[in-house]
Amino acid sequence: MSAQTVVAPPTPTGQDLAVRPSWKAPIAFAVLALVALITFGILGESGQTSTFGISTSSDAWQIDPLALSSQPVALGLSLVCVVIAAYSAWLVRQGQSVPVWLTVLFAIAFVLAFLVWAVAGEQISFTSLLQGALALSVPLVFGALSGVLCERAGVINIAIEGQLLAGAFLSAVVATLTGSLYVGLLAAIVAGLLVAFVLAVFAIKYIVNQIIVGVVLNVLVLGVTNFLYGQLLAPEASTWNSPGTLPRVEIPLLSEIPVIGPVVFEQTIIVYAMYVTVILVQIALFRTRWGLRVRSVGEHPKAADTLGIKVNTVRFRNVLLGGAVAGLGGAFFTLGNVGAFSREMSAGQGFIALAAMIFGRWSPLGALGAALLFGFANNLQSVLGIIGTPIPSEFMLMLPYILTIFAVAGLVGRVRAPAADGEPYVKS
Amino acid sequence: MKLELRGITKRFGSLVANDSIDLVVEPGEIHCLLGENGAGKSTLMNVLYGLYQPDDGQIVVNDQKVAFSGPGDAMAAGIGMVHQHFMLIPVFTVAENVMLGQEHVGAGGLLDMEAARRDVREISERYGFNVDPDAYVENLPVGVQQRVEIIKALVRKADVLILDEPTAVLTPQETDELIAIMRQLKADGTSIVFITHKLREVKAIADRITVIRRGAVVGEASPGASESELASMMVGRAVSLTVDKEPAEPGDVEFSVTGLSVVDDRGTAVVDDVSFEVRGGEILAVGGVQGNGQTELVEAILGVQERVTGSIRLGGRELLGRGVDDVLAAGVGFVPEDRTVDGVVSSFSVAENLVLDLYKRAPFARGLSLRGSELAKNARQRVEEFDIRTSSIDTPAGTLSGGNQQKVVVARELSRSLKLFIAAQPTRGLDVGSIEFVHKRIVRERDQGTPVIIVSTELDEISALADRIAVMYRGRIVGIVPGDTDRDVLGLMMAGIAPDEAKAEAEANPTEVEHAGETVTDTAPDAAGDQKDGQS
Repeated sequence: MSAQTVVAPPTPTGQDLAVRPSWKAPIAFAVLALVALITFGILGESGQTSTFGISTSSDAWQIDPLALSSQPVALGLSLVCVVIAAYSAWLVRQGQSVPVWLTVLFAIAFVLAFLVWAVAGEQISFTSLLQGALALSVPLVFGALSGVLCERAGVINIAIEGQLLAGAFLSAVVATLTGSLYVGLLAAIVAGLLVAFVLAVFAIKYIVNQIIVGVVLNVLVLGVTNFLYGQLLAPEASTWNSPGTLPRVEIPLLSEIPVIGPVVFEQTIIVYAMYVTVILVQIALFRTRWGLRVRSVGEHPKAADTLGIKVNTVRFRNVLLGGAVAGLGGAFFTLGNVGAFSREMSAGQGFIALAAMIFGRWSPLGALGAALLFGFANNLQSVLGIIGTPIPSEFMLMLPYILTIFAVAGLVGRVRAPAADGEPYVKS
Repeated sequence: MKLELRGITKRFGSLVANDSIDLVVEPGEIHCLLGENGAGKSTLMNVLYGLYQPDDGQIVVNDQKVAFSGPGDAMAAGIGMVHQHFMLIPVFTVAENVMLGQEHVGAGGLLDMEAARRDVREISERYGFNVDPDAYVENLPVGVQQRVEIIKALVRKADVLILDEPTAVLTPQETDELIAIMRQLKADGTSIVFITHKLREVKAIADRITVIRRGAVVGEASPGASESELASMMVGRAVSLTVDKEPAEPGDVEFSVTGLSVVDDRGTAVVDDVSFEVRGGEILAVGGVQGNGQTELVEAILGVQERVTGSIRLGGRELLGRGVDDVLAAGVGFVPEDRTVDGVVSSFSVAENLVLDLYKRAPFARGLSLRGSELAKNARQRVEEFDIRTSSIDTPAGTLSGGNQQKVVVARELSRSLKLFIAAQPTRGLDVGSIEFVHKRIVRERDQGTPVIIVSTELDEISALADRIAVMYRGRIVGIVPGDTDRDVLGLMMAGIAPDEAKAEAEANPTEVEHAGETVTDTAPDAAGDQKDGQS
């Protein structure tokens, strides 16, 4: 055959063709917008006001609480939802996909409409709603970051729950014994490292199924902390379990900003460490040599190996690093928030953190966003439970988890895990 | 750089993969390592690349003895390798893949992507690779991915480039381009070790040929040696390079496809209004460059494609819209394109793989239970009949060589009585001995009166087997021509030129025989070639 005349056709399977956008988002938007329009708008009680506090009493500038006429505002916000749903449908018809910002906008409008409806005739503080949300998010963020660090290198870390709990426990005990909260923080990191070390040894060196090792570690940590709590911490709380809480540090100027200031910049050192860790990991993972190697190991370990990268060393290091991060997150339960350890304190947050990691598509910033969302849903539930809402509190309790399921089930678009996630690397 | 291997021995348990192999690669030569699959070529190269530690022997670079503890050492010594299965990370860009392992680091410890892009562009321009440094590897065609691998090696200043079965995954066009690239590299002073079992390519490009059989060097050959000489050195006996087949005796039309269209999930018609019929006792070969709808066509017949319209009739019954199970029960035997993915379950034993579509019926099943003794009996019979080389019938199929895996698939599909036999790329990646065997079995099935459809991108295979040839281009059938149609005409048809026009053009511009040897498509036994003397 004469090669010069045979022209390869553009392959029909070529990727330059745009993937046909999915109708999932517009349909979900439309359903939710209708729910909002009917429940919050049309069926909402007329003549009520919803009051949102903006400033806290300590703020330099006081802003008057925002009093909104419930039904018209909810109706307006619902209509915004309807418009967004229609716009997204138009976009998909045009063959474009629904951009993320539109989804975010929709979510904000929907949640606000819901809030205005739910708070009708009552008053809540917007600032403390967000403050509480952040507080609930912190362990999730650390946990999700731990997951990102491990899974990007190809090791599934189910033991986040155990690492959080171990961090919470050891930090409380060590801080009480030494009398120093900061030594307690170090102890939390050590606790996370220890759990991670066991995971790494079994998962990487002895190639035991990573999920099984993780689950077993969770149960182990739970058992050990429960035992010690029952034997030592509960009967002799003053010797073992009274660390106190870390002081809140106000960042000058920034903490004066209304709403954002008190929420973001009046926090303990753990929360500031969280901000720094998220940014550091984000940059390190995607912009540095370390990150490139970590991701290569998680995607195609054999390829990394043929380029002289020591796959299992990279993995081992990352699992330890992930454990340290989760351990630090665990300290937030005790030193950052409550001021004492209590039984089963992590309460499944490690697993929600895994969901946040998936929702955030294995990226630190995405995980942060997802964790904040989960934290918000969780706090909303408890705030609305207190003021009493038209919705039964049992349903409100489900809210964070329903959100998790929707999130993980694909409303976030195509989610792709690192290709070698969970697969041990054995040199032939 | 001069590279020498002295007495390299590598054992895996009791298996001696390499038995004191000596090999000298002179600077700037293309040295072909020829051998069947499983002969130990790849093992040898993995030793050279530091992936395996030799049990005995030495590697000598420029008269200096060296020891490689890992690929890093080999790269530092100037050895680059393009693996048969590309070692690229699909979700990384070209530049990221190229820099991985020896990254450019700029200010603040951040990656210097611009330097990496520059590296890629420089080499890409020097050799006319036309590779975009910012393209994601997963979106690139296989041929371009291979160039990325070559760039990776060249950026690491490789003086010796090992190409492990580089043409196994390439279309004829891409193979031509690769051969041109190899010549260019050679002209620039890079030595190339070219591992293959494809004879035409060896003859087209090699300066020297070393033939390996069962882990040992059996001799050197010159590129002037005939294909049958090379083949018999490689296999250890005389092999037939042509398929012995009687003229077809077509019966009635047994199988017909009318107006068949397949739409992919992006809304593109990948099979576009295709109609053809196959008579009992004839082989219809579907040719064309990879990716022109052949895969989707056969998958539509089997019933694994969604969004299919038209009609597929076998023996008067409509197959379209029926499940795979029904289609198989209707008597369709199917050898899939990618045996490792669709053909065998690699962790299942040979015996289990031999009954993957039969296990529900007697005699293999009784009620809910599977009858091990029947499985074993069947397996022993098939292993014997199809000459499957396996240590036992309980060996996991994944550990067999490609040729033997394919024999397992073919044995399974041919062990029922069939109304239609479809084989997609039946000999891709197989060695000469296995190709010969698979071809024989296909022809035998035809001679029993079964309609047979072969899909192949290899012109040689098509010419060797087909009674009639349908050439596909962009989802349509360009034309259906007799099996003895000239290669040039087929080549033109593969570019979408209608048969009459193609014939006229081919007569106006005849290609020379030598030229055909250079723009090789493959290796499969060659009916159109000039080697008729090596028949067994």
